[in-house]
Amino acid sequence: MQATHSHPAVHDHHAHAQPTGLMRWITTTNHKDIGTMYLWFSFTMFLVGGILALALRSELFQPGLQLVEPEVFNQLTTMHGVIMVFGAIMPAFVGFANWMIPLQIGAADMAFARMNNWSFWLLPPAALLLVISFFVPGGAAAGGWTLYPPLSVQMGPGMDLAIFALHILGASSIMGSINIVTTILNMRAPGMTLMKMPLFCWTWLITAYLLIAVMPVLAGAITMILTDRHFDTHFFNAAGGGDPVLFQHVFWFFGHPEVYIMILPAFGIVSEIIPAFARKPLFGYTSMVYATSSIAILSFIVWAHHMFTVGMPATAQLFFMYATMLIAVPTGVKVFNWVATMWKGSMTFETPMLFACGFIFVFTMGGFTGLILAITPIDIQLHDTYFVVAHFHYVLVAGSLFALFAGVYYWLPKWTGHMYNETLGKAHFWLSVIFFNITFFVQHFLGLAGMPRRVPDYALQFADFNMISTIGAFGFGITQLLFLYIVVSCIRGGEKAADKPWEGAQGLEWTVPSPAPHHTFETPPVVR
Amino acid sequence: MNLPHHPRIPSALAGIASLLLPAASFAQEAAGPAYQAASKYNLQPPVSEIASQIYDLHTLVLIFCAVIFVAVFSAMFYAIIYHRKSAGHEPAQFHENTTVEIVWTVVPFVILILMAWPATKTVIAMKDTSSPDLTIKATGYQWQWGYDYLKGEGDLKDVADGIAFYSALATSYEERTNVKPKDADYLLDVDNRLVVPVGKKVRILTTANDVLHAWWVPALGVKQDAIPGFIRDTWFKATAVGVYRGVCAELCGKEHGFMPIVVEVKSVEDFRAWAAERQKARTAGAGAAPAPAAAAPAAPAAAAPATPAVAAPVAPAAAAPAADVPARAATSVAARSASGG
Ligand SMILES: [Cu+2]
Repeated sequence: MQATHSHPAVHDHHAHAQPTGLMRWITTTNHKDIGTMYLWFSFTMFLVGGILALALRSELFQPGLQLVEPEVFNQLTTMHGVIMVFGAIMPAFVGFANWMIPLQIGAADMAFARMNNWSFWLLPPAALLLVISFFVPGGAAAGGWTLYPPLSVQMGPGMDLAIFALHILGASSIMGSINIVTTILNMRAPGMTLMKMPLFCWTWLITAYLLIAVMPVLAGAITMILTDRHFDTHFFNAAGGGDPVLFQHVFWFFGHPEVYIMILPAFGIVSEIIPAFARKPLFGYTSMVYATSSIAILSFIVWAHHMFTVGMPATAQLFFMYATMLIAVPTGVKVFNWVATMWKGSMTFETPMLFACGFIFVFTMGGFTGLILAITPIDIQLHDTYFVVAHFHYVLVAGSLFALFAGVYYWLPKWTGHMYNETLGKAHFWLSVIFFNITFFVQHFLGLAGMPRRVPDYALQFADFNMISTIGAFGFGITQLLFLYIVVSCIRGGEKAADKPWEGAQGLEWTVPSPAPHHTFETPPVVR
Repeated sequence: MNLPHHPRIPSALAGIASLLLPAASFAQEAAGPAYQAASKYNLQPPVSEIASQIYDLHTLVLIFCAVIFVAVFSAMFYAIIYHRKSAGHEPAQFHENTTVEIVWTVVPFVILILMAWPATKTVIAMKDTSSPDLTIKATGYQWQWGYDYLKGEGDLKDVADGIAFYSALATSYEERTNVKPKDADYLLDVDNRLVVPVGKKVRILTTANDVLHAWWVPALGVKQDAIPGFIRDTWFKATAVGVYRGVCAELCGKEHGFMPIVVEVKSVEDFRAWAAERQKARTAGAGAAPAPAAAAPAAPAAAAPATPAVAAPVAPAAAAPAADVPARAATSVAARSASGG
């Protein structure tokens, strides 16, 4: 992809007064500023959710009740899930979208710049509601991040705060998605056809459609919980003619696409990085686009595999089993394509590439456990055990989070104008991947042997692996402070980054200076 | 498909893992029979046909996954080692190959069919709850289980119907709070065990009184959500006499981790003897204090001490809910057909 500029992309001649200090960030409509705020917000929430995880892992260090009461433990698991999913992973990807989509398609900014500001500034109040909910009578929501009734109807006001927070986060996500779809469909530089677009933009386009489709479904489900709680609507109460299982169907109609919302942009980031460091074009670009679309479409017809134990008819179990197994095909295509991209390349292993390779390796293990869980009879045995906990942390931590780290290291020189410390970056990778596996690999054994999830205490045969898992979790948590240090020191200084710091990198973002100036591509580049 | 039940791979992993565990093996010293019976690296040893099928399915899928994993990552690590810039490798520029792409779409599809075929047979077998020899209703409460032996069909018709009792955690609060040492069945022990005959088809109807619970006994290959206001069913046929332990598997509030399930599988004769004993105690209890029909399947406190199999002292938790609790459950159950989905 070659870009030609009639004049430099930088424009510093703007006369309009920019607010400075805090007002700059509150009033900004600049996609780069907003992207930065999204990323810092999600990292903050990542630390909050991580502290909750370490608290619950501490309780699980040994059998017996040591640190927290069981009801507090349930609050910790619930809020860890809610905060990591809605506060950390999702906003982080939106941050990447804000920063990179305009730069990758040669647009000056996002389509709806002011709405962009609003969709970010909805997040802090929502996060505040979640944190405050720990301090209201009865504490935070403790029914699991899935909020299943009737338990969620029993909860105190913490549940109401969580529901309001989810409504606000959902509204923010929908606005962000509309913005992304509009930007990608209307603001691509001349010559950039859809099939020339970088895969990160493709995966985000598909993700944004998924978000627009399913966030309102979640909003509906939690509103029904809210009215069941306060206005006796009995949607989910059998005594009033309702059905608790109805909630699960509606929730997972949202929840399964949500899983792909958190992984498709990760696929996009990895698909940018592997070719750059293999110095070789991405293998099977077209099949990548089709595979991503197939995964997105299939994600709408597999939801009940989360509920095989509710007691649905055999035909329904078989349908959802077959549909779920089918997802292995496009997912496999993606993994094969990445490996084929690396094949006969000329690879170097800077930190982004390490995280991308680590992503493929560890995410694929999560994919295999996903396949095991797709098989209905096995799932019935393993449902709600630590095997499931291990599975989704392999795809969400080693999948989404590792891809996010890869993306940060890849684009950090463009964002800050400095190179990060490569030695420390590599240390961050190795420590993360080792501690991650110490934490979560043993959880497969726990689940197979029969340890249920969401329990504050366990039978004695599970003691060894829980202890290992807790040690790993603390190692993993502390390692992330190293990441914070690397990023902060990269912002504050370091070796000057070239416009294109990676030899094999492709794409319009590398044609603008490093750091990327406040305004870029005010005159669209021409893509040939 | 008849795979051995103790594959080698997990034991190899066990060896690796034990190297990592110098300090963490205190649980083994405290181990008793429950520890021996339980598995550590794999699914628990199956004690029903369905559980065996699940075990074999898991082994089969795991082998498929392992083979694919090794194949894919051999290629990746080969490339990582030999196709690196520092090894002087020049980048090729190919970026598509239709044949290869068709092959790696079709081959996984075929592998999936190989897995789906046996899985389908097991799904159909699991759902076939017809013609049971014994039917028991398991009701989830916050936080214990209630069992009612129902008037049934089949071989064991009329043997146990009417027997009803609660089954609550027998692990003491002092053990849970580390005041007293934990025994081998820590958190997996109940005051009143569910007693069933070996080799007989037992149908379990599940429901709940308050929130969702799930009735799960891994060795029997059974996990079924218990849904307030609805009745669901599942079944098992135990292949060996013994005591099999499970837990509530659906988050049900603060004591969710403390409502185990213990199934004692007896020979048919022993089961009949147990049931007769229970029935005698029940009629004696009913004669002493005639109760209205709705409250009949209760009186656990009266029945429990008379039976050797459940000789454990009746915990206050089990005795406290009065005779009206099952009746309350029955009224809140807007019972719908079990076969509905
Ligand atoms: Cu329960």
